[in-house]
Amino acid sequence: MNEFLPQFTQQLVNGLSLGAIYALIAIGYTMVYGIIGMINFAHGEIYMIGAYIGLVTLTAIGVQSGLPLPLVLAGAVIVAVLVTGLYGYAVERVAYRPLRGGPRLVPLISAIGMSIFLQNYVQIGQGARDVSVPLMVSGAFEFSMGGGFNVTVPYSRLLIVGTTLVLMIALTMFIGYSRIGRACRACAQDMRMANLLGIDTNKVISFTFILGAMLAAVGGVLIALTVGKLNPFIGFIAGIKAFTAAVLGGIGSIPGAMLGGVLLGLAETFAAGYLPSEYKDVVAFALLVLILLFRPTGLLGKPDVEKV
Amino acid sequence: MASAYPQGFAAQLKYASIAAVLTAILVTPIFGLHLLRVGYRIELQADWTPVLLAALAVFVFQMLRPAMARQLKAVPWPAMPQIQPDQQRKATLALLVVALVWPFIGSRGAVDIATLALIYVVLGLGLNIVVGFAGLLDLGYVGFYAVGGYTYALLNSYFGLSFWVCLPIAGGMAALFGFLLGFPVLRLRGDYLAIVTLGFGEIIRLLLNNMTTITGGPDGVSGIPKPSVFGIEMARSASTEGGTTFHEMLGMDYDGMHMVIFLYLLALLLAGITLFVSNRLVRMPIGRAWEALRDDEIACRSLGLSPTKVKLSAFTLGAMFAGFAGSFFAARQGLVNPESFTFIESALILAIVVLGGMGSQLGVILAAILLTVLPELARGFAEYRMLIFGLVMVLMMIWRPQGLLPATRPHLELPR
Amino acid sequence: MNAPDQVIDARAVGSGSPVTAAPSATGKSLLTVSGLQMRFGGLLAVDGVEFDVREGEVFAIIGPNGAGKTTVFNCVGGFYQPTAGNVLLDGNRIDGLPSHLVARRGLVRTFQNIRLFKSLTAVENLMVAQHQEMKSGLLAGLFSTPAFRKSEHEALTRAAFWLERVGLRDLANREAGTLAYGHQRRLEIARCMITRPRLLMLDEPAAGLNPQEKVELQMLIDQLRREHGVSVLLIEHDMNLVMGISDRILVMEYGKPIATGVPEVVRNDPRVVKAYLGEE
Repeated sequence: MNEFLPQFTQQLVNGLSLGAIYALIAIGYTMVYGIIGMINFAHGEIYMIGAYIGLVTLTAIGVQSGLPLPLVLAGAVIVAVLVTGLYGYAVERVAYRPLRGGPRLVPLISAIGMSIFLQNYVQIGQGARDVSVPLMVSGAFEFSMGGGFNVTVPYSRLLIVGTTLVLMIALTMFIGYSRIGRACRACAQDMRMANLLGIDTNKVISFTFILGAMLAAVGGVLIALTVGKLNPFIGFIAGIKAFTAAVLGGIGSIPGAMLGGVLLGLAETFAAGYLPSEYKDVVAFALLVLILLFRPTGLLGKPDVEKV
Repeated sequence: MASAYPQGFAAQLKYASIAAVLTAILVTPIFGLHLLRVGYRIELQADWTPVLLAALAVFVFQMLRPAMARQLKAVPWPAMPQIQPDQQRKATLALLVVALVWPFIGSRGAVDIATLALIYVVLGLGLNIVVGFAGLLDLGYVGFYAVGGYTYALLNSYFGLSFWVCLPIAGGMAALFGFLLGFPVLRLRGDYLAIVTLGFGEIIRLLLNNMTTITGGPDGVSGIPKPSVFGIEMARSASTEGGTTFHEMLGMDYDGMHMVIFLYLLALLLAGITLFVSNRLVRMPIGRAWEALRDDEIACRSLGLSPTKVKLSAFTLGAMFAGFAGSFFAARQGLVNPESFTFIESALILAIVVLGGMGSQLGVILAAILLTVLPELARGFAEYRMLIFGLVMVLMMIWRPQGLLPATRPHLELPR
Repeated sequence: MNAPDQVIDARAVGSGSPVTAAPSATGKSLLTVSGLQMRFGGLLAVDGVEFDVREGEVFAIIGPNGAGKTTVFNCVGGFYQPTAGNVLLDGNRIDGLPSHLVARRGLVRTFQNIRLFKSLTAVENLMVAQHQEMKSGLLAGLFSTPAFRKSEHEALTRAAFWLERVGLRDLANREAGTLAYGHQRRLEIARCMITRPRLLMLDEPAAGLNPQEKVELQMLIDQLRREHGVSVLLIEHDMNLVMGISDRILVMEYGKPIATGVPEVVRNDPRVVKAYLGEE
């Protein structure tokens, strides 16, 4: 019991921060699926690009430049968010918009092609090997209570959870109360009707892609800072896991993506604690298969009845 | 000149400029500023050439696009061929004749490449049954390929079973996996099915990678023997005491080319069988059921057809062919490891089916040949191979989603 | 009315010999629905529906739009799982069975929006419908054995018979999606009949048909009932057709049954008149 509680708390913290990243990426999947019913296979690569852009910006600003750390970080995040958002926009315009309205298989294959293209694009541009990220947020919060209860909470993890929390709240309020948020919800419910009511659906769809990409970029920068290294292939696995999270929470539901992300992060962390670490990835895939088999609409989704 | 731009020259100029600037912004952090490790630090190396080139290319493209669109409409392009069933048959026969003659006229390297292409023909035709005929998007097809390969590798390594014994077993194992995987999964909707099958493919690869004691882990299994010619070994000298080798039996000198030709002919046989079976399937009730299921699943149910059973038959048959291909692959390579069975392989095989034309057997064959041979020819561009591959997939979907040779299905005719 | 041994075995009829049948129902219940309820979340689409369809009978369900008629069909056919109630076919419970198993028990249906296999030809549509009948296995098909070819030939012959029956023989090799609307409806019915059903469920078969076609439809339904021994359950809005062809009618409104009986009684029932005021 003495050993269990601090380790459990430690895992909890790790799981929450991992889950936060998944949540940030999952929102992109769920919003796009909710609005145009398409799985954006290339979204994982967008996340990866966000991480790279963040790193490039960090290096450009220069850690040694003497600017205070929060400013440097904020700068990197802002640039990454803006440029990655632009990537999200470009991918939709080039690879998906021309295919709208056709059979569902076609945009999915285009997305797969885009995913392969982006992965190799970054690989050629920045090399296939790992790139290390300078450790910028170091130090941890030591927490102890009597009886050997010691928990180390690195500041970086706190940063991740804190940032994500703030963003989630902001997003929820934005979607709930802003004009474009209302337009998003309207389009997700009935695209044709929204169009007839004068909403520019193209703009809304583009906005969805941009917003999803921006959030994924934040996740990318945060993960780069925590894990300390990057390569062009992190998008693939992270993408699948984030998609799993989105499905777990109920695809099309933003709170679902948040919930799913956290749950997946926790599940994966606890599994890694008790299973051999190589099987960590299998957990996510297995979870995906299980949810789709037994509850495809996810935890917060509505079961949809087929119209005969 | 100005009349070419419906919105006016100035407006087009502005549009193109914006596009160019945006492109520059996009390309800069990836191609313009390279991350370089210098000692224990990271630095940026600026290289503005690619950025400028990309921006320029986009600018030119956007300026020329309205003019090009006009030109393209004006020229009466011949529509891409819609090949009729009888022409298909002739074309396939012609291909078959060429294929039979090839090993005796081609160089060793050429025959070797052709063998690889034939493996992908089997894989493509197999996946075509699942995706093209039954309309099930399987992104984890490589998993069955892996099962086939590892079945031969492991049965040989643990029990010394020969290729000919293992070939049917490999097909059977893959089919079994297809059945077990398909059973719970096939009632899912299109995109979900795609992701789940992707997940399964990855799970298989991860398990093969991690169960080191059984499967050899990341190193895989090596030392897999080549197939024998009906029991007669094809080697320089017999590995068993008093055994005869192939060349000794025929009174010829040993030539490495013999094995190359033999492997090629084996692959051709496999491909031929796959083509024959796939061809027959569309003319059988099950083939009609697949087509009907794609059209309207609810109507199928209302007529007593079980959608799951119908889909399962396609899934299992497709998996079986991947199993055959896998065991042949193991025999040819001499070794298997998880790296040969990644998602990219699944994507490649899917690309073959899609580019060829879903459901079109001739198209799939041609696409398999194309996608195997072209990268070999363009060896210089090896680094850009996957990049171009991804780009081609996107462009094909935009330009010609029905594939190069769209299928014309043979219809059942009622005589007058 | 009729002795039990004159009950027609509908399944025995396949390729063309009309069996003279008694013009009215034998009285035995083929389909019995009791206490049927279907709830979608907060909406009670079907509430307490009860009726039975007797052998050889034509039974119609009518009611204003949104009354829940198609939902009843979907519950009976196994496309929805009813939230309460029993559905009995030949005395055996079929509620809870999936739709394809219900179909195999001899209960087939057409659809409001016509669900043909559009990219298949008319004859191929009828071949697919016979899928359950085709006994030849995978290997027989692969090697085109005599048994396989015989099975295909027989199926083609049956398909030809039914195309002839509904007057579509000349259009056999046309893609179903290219057929005229009226022809599509007839093909859908032929596709049902080729499965040798016990109960044929028609969902608004007259929708979109011109008066001439409606007359032909009425004749066809009658012919099917008389010569092929099938019982018919239909949903319809065209009152002339309903009154002309039905033995008994169930009237529904807002998911509830409001009257059941023979046409003359039902059409004069004040509740029915009220529900239908203005409709013809």
